[in-house]
Amino acid sequence: MSAVFDSFSRFYASSIGKKILVALTGLMLIGFVFGHLVGNLLIFAGQDAINEYGHLLQTALHGGGVWIARVGLLAAVLIHVVATVSLTKQNNAARPDKYGQHKAQVSSKSSHTMILSGLTILAFVVYHLLHYTVRIGNSFNSDAYKIDLHGEKVHNVYKMVIDGFSWAPASLFYLIAMALLSSHLSHGFSSLFQTLGISTDKSEPVFKKAGYAFAGLIFAGNAAIVLSIWLFGYGR
Amino acid sequence: MSQLNLHLKVWRQNAGQPGHFQDIEAPEIPDHASFLEMMDIVNERLISKGQEPVAFDHDCREGICGMCSMQINGVPHGPEKATTTCQLHMRKFRTGDTIWVEPFRAKAFPVIKDLVVDRGAFDRIQQAGGFISVRTGAPQDANALPIGKVVADAAMDAAACIGCGACVAACKNASAMLFVSAKAGQLNVLPQGQPEKDRRTLGMVRQMDKEGFGNCTNQYECEAACPKEISVRWITKLNRDYAVAAVKEALGNTPKVAGGGD
Ligand code: HEM
Ligand code: SF4
Ligand code: FES
Repeated sequence: MSAVFDSFSRFYASSIGKKILVALTGLMLIGFVFGHLVGNLLIFAGQDAINEYGHLLQTALHGGGVWIARVGLLAAVLIHVVATVSLTKQNNAARPDKYGQHKAQVSSKSSHTMILSGLTILAFVVYHLLHYTVRIGNSFNSDAYKIDLHGEKVHNVYKMVIDGFSWAPASLFYLIAMALLSSHLSHGFSSLFQTLGISTDKSEPVFKKAGYAFAGLIFAGNAAIVLSIWLFGYGR
Repeated sequence: MSQLNLHLKVWRQNAGQPGHFQDIEAPEIPDHASFLEMMDIVNERLISKGQEPVAFDHDCREGICGMCSMQINGVPHGPEKATTTCQLHMRKFRTGDTIWVEPFRAKAFPVIKDLVVDRGAFDRIQQAGGFISVRTGAPQDANALPIGKVVADAAMDAAACIGCGACVAACKNASAMLFVSAKAGQLNVLPQGQPEKDRRTLGMVRQMDKEGFGNCTNQYECEAACPKEISVRWITKLNRDYAVAAVKEALGNTPKVAGGGD
């Protein structure tokens, strides 16, 4: 047991080991971000569709499903953040004396700002959970947000989201966060295949294009929800 | 032959002391000179004025030894692709240019003097696994061990690494992954490298970490700066080889010794 633990802590202590954990947790978060978007787009299918979906998530495995997902995601975020913060610190320490001139020849702006986009996403995730999951500082937990669905009293996700994005500061923060998430993904998506030892000269351009497409999709999809409510009055 | 009048900003530093950029005028530099020959001319003029010449590393001056270095206008080995500083020609510059000349900067490459840095960390990484153990004595027959052309060519590509350290200098994290991946990968693809493959991979990566190089963030600045055009696909392979070796180590990959005679 302790031998296995020793091996794991050695793996985590190494540069490549930490990076592999970042890539694996990044991949989990990519899967989540995609599922989350697809589910949320149900808002365009009308009130019942998204409320039914919300109710399904809440009651899957007798209410256990959502907790399994939450614990898994929390673990992924924790590992991803702790490892990347530690990697970034080591990277800064590896060049204490800065260059007078240092030119990047091939790397993107996004790849140079992963820690900034990442930490902003983290702040956003905390805000987002307080906003729509714990529902602090708003009345989304009150009876006004309960609705009858097939004879059952369920949470009115539809009304909550419409009301939530009717407030400009929230909408603006969501848009900024989605832009930064998209920037994060434009480097991170293809990068993870390199870290996991999968990329080849043939597949790398494909991963790159898929990454840009995915980043664009995540931004466009989420921004469509925010903008159609906030600026175009959808559902109001 | 035309001549160039250049303004240099050269880093001057003694080991363990703070350094600074010195403005040096370099008029009448023949455009057929190499960058190192330009530095030679500058140094002769400094010496004749009774000033201390600029220390810089060099040896073969034909692009094969890996001694020359220098960050030139923010790029290791200067602006020319796949070219070492010794092979860089002054005709790549225009008269009136200001040229920044700095040492390769990394915590793991401490400055010895001016533009000379200590790249001994690379030697220690090599000693941690960048070799194969062979039986000495009578040489084996040539081609006794068949190696496919694709593999042989790939190993030769990786073996082209001259250990100059430009990959470290170019990387925003001062990561040594391109060098380490070339040196480990060159042997890890060959049959002769198989017996010590896992030990080599773990040993070299751990030594790399210990030397204080940064971590790779897959930005590929190393490949763009490498005078020998070592491909980042070697880094892909190192990541894969490391993961496999670490898992085998964690699970205990020693085969059970067969019991004797009963
Ligand atoms: C939904 C949220 C997130 C997703 C989908 C995501 C995804 C990814 C992916 C796929 C990578 C590439 C891994 C690799 O290069 O192998 C990555 C890298 C990175 N992530 Fe995230 N991430 C998220 C949140 C965060 C957060 C909250 C932080 C905060 C610290 C963060 C910081 C970083 C950093 C600094 C890197 C670069 C690591 C490196 O290249 O060494 N990420 N992320
Ligand atoms: S990989 Fe390229 S840049 Fe790095 S040490 Fe080898 S030859 Fe120099
Ligand atoms: S001096 Fe030998 S490679 Fe430049």
